[in-house]
Amino acid sequence: MPWTRQEMAARAAEELRDGFYVNLGIGIPTLVANCVPPGMRVQFQSENGMLGMGPFPFEGEEDADLINAGKQTITSLPSTSYFDSASSFGMIRGGHIQLAILGALQVSARGDLANWSVPGKMIKGIGGAMDLVAGVGRVIVLMEHVSKGEIKIVEQCSLPLTGVEVVNKIITDLCVFEIGPDGLVLTELAPEVTEDDIRGKTGARFVTRLH
Amino acid sequence: MSLNKVHSMPEAALAGVLRDDMTIMSGGFGVCGIPAALIDVILDSGIRGLTLISNNPGADGHGLGKLFKNRQVRKLICSYAGDNALFAQQFMAGEVEVEFNPQGTLAERIRAGGAGIPAFYTRTGAGTVIAEGKPTADFDGHPHVMERGLRADLALVHAWMGDTEGNLLYRMTARNFNPPMATAAEVTVAEVETLVPVGSFDPDHIVTPGIFVDRLVAVGAINKHIEQRTVRPRPLAAEA
Repeated sequence: MPWTRQEMAARAAEELRDGFYVNLGIGIPTLVANCVPPGMRVQFQSENGMLGMGPFPFEGEEDADLINAGKQTITSLPSTSYFDSASSFGMIRGGHIQLAILGALQVSARGDLANWSVPGKMIKGIGGAMDLVAGVGRVIVLMEHVSKGEIKIVEQCSLPLTGVEVVNKIITDLCVFEIGPDGLVLTELAPEVTEDDIRGKTGARFVTRLH
Repeated sequence: MSLNKVHSMPEAALAGVLRDDMTIMSGGFGVCGIPAALIDVILDSGIRGLTLISNNPGADGHGLGKLFKNRQVRKLICSYAGDNALFAQQFMAGEVEVEFNPQGTLAERIRAGGAGIPAFYTRTGAGTVIAEGKPTADFDGHPHVMERGLRADLALVHAWMGDTEGNLLYRMTARNFNPPMATAAEVTVAEVETLVPVGSFDPDHIVTPGIFVDRLVAVGAINKHIEQRTVRPRPLAAEA
């Protein structure tokens, strides 16, 4: 039985540590913000210029001057700070953010990430993804294992790259892969999912070392 | 340069600096913190062949989106353009040239341009299409890409408050690209929601020092657009 989006986010939240500064990508990664264990101090960065991102505002309290990188209205926290875009990416490139959790179109067995364009389709742009994978110490991809029948975990990315050898871990609705010097290591399976299921839906070789 | 930086109307703040084929930086992230009143002056002026430097092309009917609709733009230097359908049509039809940058590279190119740094090396984009045609070099065992500083003929910025010296304060995430852009153009024009006399700000709080601002105009708290209105339910009245 695959993990739900909520369960995927909860699994990704197990990667958080007390005191971490974390950047969450758009989509399923956004849900991780709701899964911080009680008592743990984690500050979420929004690359448009904010540290200490709060939850969505109550209806009627939206403020056009306070949005996240997905352009959604949000709120501040007592710990919040604001800064300009150059400082924001200085923070990212300078290695001050401990963890980034991002979506992906493809991930390769050596940790190459493709998540910004598909040839022949309208290019929406790059946004902050290339800077995040280049500067953040640990990068976790959180995504559906397979998208509309397309295999996303591959030996070699065919789509334009966001970064080379940048992904440390992949969490999907079916399993968890760690990416080490020797490639993919299958470490966890969702309930009732088998290694053979994973083999049929993964385009790269992997070894299995279940926890 | 005029001793008085303050202009009474947005049109006056841009008088004499607009021309066809010029390069204009415009602050904002999406439509948050955009210089909307100054963009409307560009629209009404009808100048064309513009190269725009902005994180995004505005939204359909909002901000820079109006200039694309009016076909005044030749080229956009941006990081993300996915939220404007009209722009997408023009881009796919080859009517507008686009240069995509990683967002942090765009911000740093502007910062560098304003700080007199003609080029710098970054790990961002190494091994990707972004590095194609650019010098690369290894530092500390990692490949880096050389990127150029960016400058413009004109920078348009939006600030929350300004004083008559041109010192600026911003509000929350409406700050974004405005401070670096204010430093990186031949002429910088700021629209502020509230204009105050010099001495009103604590000098320790000023974000953009007035040296970077050539002209400013008060535009009030203009009607701001929200692209993604997200809310959470209000908790029920406290049980007590």
